[in-house]
Amino acid sequence: MPEPFRVILFIIFVMAFAGLNAAYLVWCERKGAGHIQRRIGPKEVGPFGLLQPIADGIKLMTKQLFLPKGVDPILFMVAPLMVMVPAIMSFVVIPFSETFVAREINIGLLMIFAFASVNVLGLLLGGWGSANKYAVIAAARCVSQNVAYEIPMLITVITMVMVTNTMNLNEIVRLQDGWFWHWHIFRLDMSLLMPVAFLIFFTCSLAETNRAPFDMAEAESELIAGAYTEYPGMGFGVFFMGEYANIVIGCALSVILFLGGWQSPIPFSPAGFLGVVWGLFWFLIKLYALIFTVIWIRWTYPRTQFYELLNLSWKVLIPISLFNLILTALQIKIFPWL
Amino acid sequence: MSGYFKELISGTKSLFIGLGITGKYFFEPVVTLQYPHEHLEMTPRFRGHIELIPDEETGEPKCVVCGMCQKGCPSGCITLDGEKREGVKGKVLTKYILNFTTCSLCGQCVESCKFGAIRFSKDYNLASPRKEDFIFDLIKRLKGIN
Repeated sequence: MPEPFRVILFIIFVMAFAGLNAAYLVWCERKGAGHIQRRIGPKEVGPFGLLQPIADGIKLMTKQLFLPKGVDPILFMVAPLMVMVPAIMSFVVIPFSETFVAREINIGLLMIFAFASVNVLGLLLGGWGSANKYAVIAAARCVSQNVAYEIPMLITVITMVMVTNTMNLNEIVRLQDGWFWHWHIFRLDMSLLMPVAFLIFFTCSLAETNRAPFDMAEAESELIAGAYTEYPGMGFGVFFMGEYANIVIGCALSVILFLGGWQSPIPFSPAGFLGVVWGLFWFLIKLYALIFTVIWIRWTYPRTQFYELLNLSWKVLIPISLFNLILTALQIKIFPWL
Repeated sequence: MSGYFKELISGTKSLFIGLGITGKYFFEPVVTLQYPHEHLEMTPRFRGHIELIPDEETGEPKCVVCGMCQKGCPSGCITLDGEKREGVKGKVLTKYILNFTTCSLCGQCVESCKFGAIRFSKDYNLASPRKEDFIFDLIKRLKGIN
């Protein structure tokens, strides 16, 4: 396919994927919450409430984009985009299947983390620009939380880069071919604490995306809606879409780094176009299983206290991930043939 | 130091136990009632506003207009009237008005009725912005009008 068409197709695909995910993950979230609390969840709009996200979207779009008194107009309007755009940018390097990736670049992993940190800046500016005490508190919490959780996350990623020797996401997935015990989470020969590393990475990605139980930036019962308090209509809608897109990115990274990406659990893959679909199928299965876990976690645990949150990072996750890093380095040095 | 690891392991374990519990709930049947579509049968001792009990044969109220309920009512919210008719033993009820706005559901009327002519209804869907909607004509309600 000619290059310009490929680029346009991928832009449309990524936008549609991010938008649809945001809309329908809200539906999944509400259904999941419902069944975990033993009720049904949305059911009135369309069959099984499937048209509910569309109704919600129309409602948000019809609302007036009101600029409250005293806000910083530029920061206020730019902040939602600073959450949404980096998330969409990160989709560029995510390999959905072996050849189904917008741009396979050698520093894909680095690029995602570079863009992921812009997300925090968006929340900070949004909270600051709102000129609202709850929003400012939420922004401050969000920054200290993200600083605390980025460290163990990046240490774990360094461990992964050490064992895989590459930052190319597609290359990392290719290293995990064959049976499912070749997936990195089961590769105890690479690092003895691999399952623990996965848990650390997953926990940190929850904290990075401000999901419960770490939803300090949007602690409804304490801070109204945190950094989103002053946002009307689609301003809030874009924040929300950005948040869900970030959840998808976080889970996709967990799948790629630890759960074999688009590799099927058995060493079988059809040739040609079917092989691409086969890879896509396994990638999406794993991705949505992880996203379901994220929803499941949200409706299981109560929100942590802020001090507990920082304690968990500084006293538990960082020491363990550092230990894991040293252990992996020793393993690579002592048993270089593995 | 050993306390640190003990807490870490037991804490992690408890997190998975919690996930197990909610995971089990996820697959269990729902327990809520879909209210506007489904209604709950009220319990036998539920006290709604009072209603007249129809005679099983004629369908007319069993009330003989003795007026004991009117006398027994501490809030004076019952007004009733009756007339003598040819060929019918006792009086026939012609009017039974319950002012539900002042009723406290104490049940003195039901207690004092010797003829078993009134009882608490199971009607709980009463909502209206107008006061007049709570002045019930119980004869009309019995006949199913309004």
